[in-house]
Amino acid sequence: MYAAEEKHIVEFKILFKVLIALFVLTGVTVLAGSVDLGYFSVVVALLIATAKASLVVFFFMHLKYEGGLFKIMVLLAFVILAIFIGFTFFDVAFRTN
Amino acid sequence: MTHNTNKDYTGAKIGMWLFLFTEIILFGGLFVLYSVYLHRYPDEFHLAGQELNVYFGTANTLVLLTSSFSMALSITALQKDNKKLCMILLTITMILACVFLVNKYFEWGAKIHHGIYPDSPALLERPKGEIIFFGLYYVMTGLHGLHVLIGALIIFVVLVLVAKNKVTSSDFVAVENTGLYWHLVDMVWIYLFPLFYLVV
Amino acid sequence: MNSSESKTLSFWEDDGRFSGIFSWIFTTDHKRIGILYLYSVLSLFAVGVVIGLLMRLELIAPGSTIVGAQTYNAFFTVHGVIMIFLFVIPSIPASLGNLFLPIQLGAEDVAFPRINLLSWWLYITGLILILISLFTGQGAPDTGWTFYVPFSEYTTTNVNVAVLGVFILGFSSILTGLNFITTIHRMRMPDMKWTQIPLFGWSLYATGWIQVLATPILGITVLLIFVERTLGVGLFDPAKGGDPVLYQHLFWIYSHPAVYIMVVPAMGVVTEIIPVFARKHIFGYKAIALSSLAIAFAGSLVWAHHMFTSGMSDTAVMIFSFLTFIVAIPSAVKVFNWVATLYKGSIVLEPPLLYALAFIFLFSIGGLTGLVVGSAGTDIHVHDTYFVVGHFHYTIFGGTVFGMFGGLHYWFPKIYGKMYNKKVATTAWGILFIGFNVLYFPMLVLGIMGMPRRYFDYLPEYQLWHVVSTVGSWIVAVGLILMFYNLYRGIKKGEPAGKNPWNAATLEWTTLSPPPKLNFLEEPELTRGPYEYKGIEDDAQYQ
Repeated sequence: MYAAEEKHIVEFKILFKVLIALFVLTGVTVLAGSVDLGYFSVVVALLIATAKASLVVFFFMHLKYEGGLFKIMVLLAFVILAIFIGFTFFDVAFRTN
Repeated sequence: MTHNTNKDYTGAKIGMWLFLFTEIILFGGLFVLYSVYLHRYPDEFHLAGQELNVYFGTANTLVLLTSSFSMALSITALQKDNKKLCMILLTITMILACVFLVNKYFEWGAKIHHGIYPDSPALLERPKGEIIFFGLYYVMTGLHGLHVLIGALIIFVVLVLVAKNKVTSSDFVAVENTGLYWHLVDMVWIYLFPLFYLVV
Repeated sequence: MNSSESKTLSFWEDDGRFSGIFSWIFTTDHKRIGILYLYSVLSLFAVGVVIGLLMRLELIAPGSTIVGAQTYNAFFTVHGVIMIFLFVIPSIPASLGNLFLPIQLGAEDVAFPRINLLSWWLYITGLILILISLFTGQGAPDTGWTFYVPFSEYTTTNVNVAVLGVFILGFSSILTGLNFITTIHRMRMPDMKWTQIPLFGWSLYATGWIQVLATPILGITVLLIFVERTLGVGLFDPAKGGDPVLYQHLFWIYSHPAVYIMVVPAMGVVTEIIPVFARKHIFGYKAIALSSLAIAFAGSLVWAHHMFTSGMSDTAVMIFSFLTFIVAIPSAVKVFNWVATLYKGSIVLEPPLLYALAFIFLFSIGGLTGLVVGSAGTDIHVHDTYFVVGHFHYTIFGGTVFGMFGGLHYWFPKIYGKMYNKKVATTAWGILFIGFNVLYFPMLVLGIMGMPRRYFDYLPEYQLWHVVSTVGSWIVAVGLILMFYNLYRGIKKGEPAGKNPWNAATLEWTTLSPPPKLNFLEEPELTRGPYEYKGIEDDAQYQ
C-alpha cells in the first residue's frame, strides 16, 4: 500500500523505560515544588517539564526516528512560540507605570 | 494519465505535525498570558496555587502519562500485526482519558462549590492576581479538557477502524497520527501541571 | 489539437461521482475548489466594495450625510471583516493557488484533496455566521475589525456570532496552508528539485507557514473575546487584574503576519508575470525564493508596531520600531529583482504586465508610507489617522488585489480556454489605476492634516480631500465594473485560446486550456526551467 518507506517500530522496553523516567521526573518536580527557590522555582519547574516533554516528543511521538525535516519543523514551531512570549516581555517587563 | 492511488505515509505525518503546530500555538497564546501575569502577580499566584489540590494534579499527571504510554504501545502492537493487543491498548488509553476527565470534574466541582468560578462574587472579592490566576486556571484547563474529550472520541473512532480492518499493520498512519494528537494533549498538561499546582 | 486532446473532458465538464451542483460542492478536484473559492471571494469583494462606496458617500460631507454614527461604525467594522477575512486572506492562495500550484509542480492534485474541500466548507460556514451577525439581534458589530477590548467585551452588538465566524475562517485558512506546505514537500514531479519550483510555489510555501504558525493566535484571541463576553473571566479587564494591552499583543501577533499572508502570494504572481512579459529569465531566483521565507520570518517579529501609542513600554516601542525596518529589506530585494528582470528585456505590454507594474508602483508607495508608520516618532502623529488607512489600502488593494487582478488576466486563458478583449482590459486597468490614486492619495494628505480614522463626522477643513477621495471611489467602481464585465464577456464569447498564448515556461502552459481533471494528458516532462524561454515557440510540449 505504501511506497517503500521505513516504518520505525519503537519497542515495548524502550517505551516502558521512558514511562518510568517520566514518573521519576514527575516525582522530582513535585518535590522541587515544595522548596522555595524564589524566582528560580519557575525556571526549575519549566526545565523539568521540558525534559518530560522532550521524552514524549522524541520517543512516544517517534521524533528521534524521523528525518531532519521533522526535527527542524518542530524546532521552528517552538522557536516561534518563544518569540511570541519573549518579545511580549519587551513590553511587560519594562513598564514604568 | 491514470489516477495515482498510492497513499503517502510521510505526507500524512507531515500534515498531522503541521496541525499539531497549530495546537501548540493555540495553547501558546494562553501561555503568553500566563507568563505575563505570573511576572506581574508572583505572590498572588503562589497563594492561589496552594488552593489547588496537588494530589489530584499529580494523579492526573500520572494518568495522562500512562495513557500516552498505552497509546504509543498500541502503535507498536499494530505494527507487529497484533491487532487484539492494539485494540486493548487503545481501550486502556480511552479509559485513562475518562479517568482524567472524571478527576477534573471533581476538582472543578469542588472549586465551584466553594464559590470560585469566573466572575463569581467570592472570587471578585479577592486580590486581582488571584482572580487572574483562577481565570487562567479555568480557561487553560478547560481548553485542555476539551482536547482530552475530543482525543478520547478520536481514539474511539480509530479503535473501530482497527476492529474493521480499515487500519492495519501495513496501513497504520491513522493510529500513528491519533497517537501524535494524544501525545500533544499530554504535553500541554506536562506544562500546565507545574504552572498551576506547583507554583511556589 | 490531436484526437486524444479533443476527446478529453476539461475539468469544467468532468463531473465524477456526483452530478449538477453536487459535482461542484462535493468535489475534491483542486481546480474546481479553486473556482468555488474564486467566485466566493470575488462575490464578497463586491459586497465589501459596496460598503466602501457607502462609507465614502457618507464622508463626502461633514456630519451625518446618509447614515448615523452607529450605522457608520457597523459599516467600517463589516467592511474590514469582509475584506480581510472573507476576501483578501483567502484570495490568491485559495483561488489561484488551488488552481495552479499542483499543475506547476507536475502533480495531479494537492496532498489532502478532502481537507481542501473541508477548507472551502469552513469558509462558507464562517461566511454564514458573519452574515447572521449582520442581520440578527442587536445588529452588526461596531468595534472595528480589530475587536479591541474593552469595547468588544460590552458592546451589545453581535460580536459573539461574528468572532465565532472569524474563528472558523481562521481554521479554513490554516487548512489551506497545511495542505500547500505538504503538497510542495511531497507532490512535486520526480525530477523537480526545490530550485526548479516556480517562484509562485515558493511564495505559497512561505505563506503556508505563516498560515499555520500565526493563525492559531487569532483563534485563541477571538475565543477569549467570546469567553470574556459570556463568562466575564477578566483576563483583559483592569478591574479584575487584567491588562487590555495584552489583548492588543495577542491580536497583532496574528494580524501583522496576516498582512504577509495577504501580500506574499501576490508577490509570487508578479514574479510569475514579469519574466514572461520581459521574455527574460527572472533575475535572482534564489534571492527571491529566500526573500519570501525571510519576509515570513521577519514579519513575525514586529507586531507591536501597531501599538506604539497603546501604553506599552518605551523599550518595546524602540525595539519593535527598529525591527520593523528589517522587514523592508527582503521586500526591496524582490522589487530590485523585478526591475532587473525588466531591464533590457523584450517587453510585451499586455494586461497581466500592466497589473504587475501597477503592483510595483502602488506597493512601493504603500511600503514607503509604511516607513512613516513604522518609525515610532512619526507614528505618534499619524497613528489612527487617515494616513494609516491610505497606507494599508496602498499595500493591500494596490498590492495584493492588483496582483490578483494581474493573476486573473494572466491565467484567464488557461482557466477558461478563451481570451478576453485586451483593449478593454487595458482601458479598465487605466481607469482603475487613476481612480485608485484619486481615492487613496488624499487619505495620506488627510492623515497628515490630522483627520482621524473611523470618524463619520469631521471639521470643514478636511472636506476638500474627502470630496476628491469619494470621486475617486466612483472612478474605481467604474473600473472594477468594466474589468469584471470584460472578463465575463471573455468567458462567454472570447476567442479560443491555445495551450500557451503568452509563451510562458511553467508546466501549466504545457497542458490543455482548460486543463483536464487529472491536469495532464500524459506524465509531464521537465524539459526546461520555469523561466527559460529560449526556443519555446518551437517546443512541442508548450504549443
